[in-house]
Amino acid sequence: MATTTTALKGAGPVQGSRSFFLKLRDGDEIARLITLIFATTVVLITAALVWELWVNSALPRQKFGFHFFVTSVWDPIMEQYGALPFIYGTMVTSAVALVIAVPLGIGAAIFLAELAPPRVSDTLQFFIDLLAAVPSVIYGLLGVFIIVPVMRTVIYPALNKPFGYLPIFKGPSYGVGFMTAGIVLAIMVIPYIISVSREVLLSVPRDQREAALALGSTRWESTWKVVVPFAKTGIMGSIFLALARALGETMAVTMVIGNTPKIAASLFAPGYSIAAVIANEFTEATGDLYLQSLIALGLVLFLLTFILNGLARLLIVVTTQKGSEVGG
Amino acid sequence: MSSGRLRWRKFVSNFMLAMTGVCAFVSVLVLFFILGYLVFNGGTSINWDFFTKLPKPVGESGGGMANAIVGSGKILLLASLMGVPIGFLGGIYLAEFTGKGMASVVRYAADLLNGVPSIVIGIFAYSLVVLPFKHFSAYAGAFALGIMMIPITLRSTEEFLKSVPRMLREGAMALGASKWKTIASVIVPAAYRGILTAILLALARVAGETAPLLFTAFGNRFESHGWSQPTATLPVMIYTYAVSPYDDWHRQAWAAGLVLLGLVLIINILARTILSRGFAVPRS
Amino acid sequence: MQASAKPEFSVNIVTNLTTPTSRETAAALPLRMTISKVNFFYGPKQILFDISMGIADKKVTALIGPSGCGKSTLLRTLNRMHETVNTSRLEGEILLDGQNILAQDVTALRRRIGMVFQRPNPFPKSIFDNVAYGLRINGYKGSLADTVEKSLRHAALWDEVKDHLHKSAYELSGGQQQRLCIARALAVEPEVLLMDEPCSALDPISTAKIEELMVELKNLTTIVIVTHNMQQAARVSDFTAFLLMGQIIEFSPTPHLFTTPSDPRTEAYITGRFG
Repeated sequence: MATTTTALKGAGPVQGSRSFFLKLRDGDEIARLITLIFATTVVLITAALVWELWVNSALPRQKFGFHFFVTSVWDPIMEQYGALPFIYGTMVTSAVALVIAVPLGIGAAIFLAELAPPRVSDTLQFFIDLLAAVPSVIYGLLGVFIIVPVMRTVIYPALNKPFGYLPIFKGPSYGVGFMTAGIVLAIMVIPYIISVSREVLLSVPRDQREAALALGSTRWESTWKVVVPFAKTGIMGSIFLALARALGETMAVTMVIGNTPKIAASLFAPGYSIAAVIANEFTEATGDLYLQSLIALGLVLFLLTFILNGLARLLIVVTTQKGSEVGG
Repeated sequence: MSSGRLRWRKFVSNFMLAMTGVCAFVSVLVLFFILGYLVFNGGTSINWDFFTKLPKPVGESGGGMANAIVGSGKILLLASLMGVPIGFLGGIYLAEFTGKGMASVVRYAADLLNGVPSIVIGIFAYSLVVLPFKHFSAYAGAFALGIMMIPITLRSTEEFLKSVPRMLREGAMALGASKWKTIASVIVPAAYRGILTAILLALARVAGETAPLLFTAFGNRFESHGWSQPTATLPVMIYTYAVSPYDDWHRQAWAAGLVLLGLVLIINILARTILSRGFAVPRS
Repeated sequence: MQASAKPEFSVNIVTNLTTPTSRETAAALPLRMTISKVNFFYGPKQILFDISMGIADKKVTALIGPSGCGKSTLLRTLNRMHETVNTSRLEGEILLDGQNILAQDVTALRRRIGMVFQRPNPFPKSIFDNVAYGLRINGYKGSLADTVEKSLRHAALWDEVKDHLHKSAYELSGGQQQRLCIARALAVEPEVLLMDEPCSALDPISTAKIEELMVELKNLTTIVIVTHNMQQAARVSDFTAFLLMGQIIEFSPTPHLFTTPSDPRTEAYITGRFG
């Protein structure tokens, strides 16, 4: 919000460098400069971050080039580094997380936006916001001491006995693995899906729902066939947001994924994610190539979340604007 | 249009709507489940020792996490000193002094920074503050956490300053107050509640962060003096103890988890209740 | 002053107002809906007071009055749309073909009483799917394409959209969208069509088109329209009710109400002295 300060200055405009020092005597100009410096710092920090990531991952880029992304060997001893197992692990755990979190989250959002009376809706939303504030290492604790045993004793037998012939359910389980990590991630990202979807659903104009009801729809039909499709783009945005969160999640995943850099079809197999390998091996990395390969993985992660977050923002803004525009 | 079909449709409607209620309650139940488990498992281990003693050598039971608690406190303090002024003053710039161009660049940078996974921020802090000095330190950890506090503080400051009614602003200026005086004496005080809340929420968020500390502050079995030594922090201790093979450490991890979660939740609830007496809560 | 007006035709309302005037022997017109002694509340606040009137079959009945008089509220009770607000409370009886709508299943009722809203509100679907929506959810077994075409023709929109049925409804202009909403409502063959200021968001040309439509539509269905535009009410309706502060002040055949209103308040309103 720019306002001109000339009206408040005593002197009229003066040319040349003298004006700079004259301006400095004006408190407003000082304030503007100071705050400008801090604002610029933000931009500089962001730029520096990207720069450092790029520069410090030069070695593996030079040595492996594109192969870095498609090699599945991660062998510090032989100095062979490939990102594939980690990309795979990150994708699989995120996919499992979304499969669980999206239906639950959208269902909960529908309840909060369409059914619950405003006070109930706000109270529940308050608790869900608190859920989003729980540190990830706490989810890790839960994961290690509760979900891992439950996986071994309950979930694995339930899925493996009847469906063990399917590649995704084959093989033994040690409790840790892709699915366990996916479950923990699901719990972590549900609040994001619920919060955003609820807001987006609340912004759908009332008369969309009323028009559906006026045609003789049941409440579910009006919600599912009219209101939710209207908010579709924003809900997609919430899913992208959740996905971005899941991709970058480190602690909870590394505590339950099994930390094995292997690609496996079975969801019960142990694996590794980009964030987890960085967390585990960064301080042990010997030699520049090793360290820079890890940093290269960090760069990959950065790019993925960057794209997803950008898309998410776009989708959410588009939907909430649409709500105020429709109707000729 | 038979009545049988209508009965089915109504049944489906009631069933599906009930299911959405189940989804909502299950989601909320998780929070209480977590709290319950932490209290159950960690509650008994919280005692005076936990807060005052240093960790015992590996394998010996007992001891506490005094160093981690102090370490977390130190790092959070320094992080706030770094992140809050940048976010706050930058937010003032965005709200009060700038036109379109620069503002959108700064906002974009802040949003970008906000979305960066915390472990990548850790890598950044490592390359900037650990590598050149060749050792882990508290200020490296503070640097990482400080960066994470900037975007929330910045955007919230901007939002809350902008929401101060024009009349207040114009009233001060009509009395001849210069711009910066108006900001300092009228606008900021009017918006202070929201800004304070945002700072608290930012603090709560970084208080629980582990990943960026793993290779900045690193960790320490002992007290760390000053700011340039590796420092133990509560989240990192929880992690280290949880993945260890020792039962006694597991027990302590639960206790620490309870303390950490309690701290984070209290700050959150505090922040949100302060705010609800004013404006709407910003989503982090 | 009486709270309810004396209608100029005989009605079978279960109230105390059945006296036809001596000026003409009114033929008994069949009524599609009967509203008797309706009182309506939002929480503690009463909005409608002792409303009783009849809606004549296959005619257009207009509800007019200044802002806040309760005409839209009254309209929305006719298809129980008021129930979407949980603090609303209705007392009295509303009959459709002699049966109390408040005692029936609301979903089935709303198929029989259609509604067109103040601002066009097509669904985020194609033109075809908008019109077909009501048919699909009710399990219509006939040809969707034929019925969609028929409805669009009734709404005077077919020629403009027949080659673009699969385009999004949002690509239409405001007036076209409103006609689409009319077609959508007509597709399920409602017995009564409620229209809540259907032209207030439209330009004059679209408004004229829709007014022309209404005159033809009454052969298909009974229409009740709320309008703040008196000229519109005078142009399109057969009967008009004038409401003020939640009460019916006067309810007569339209020509009578606009040329020789019985109540001075009606006269004041229609001559523009207030509202």
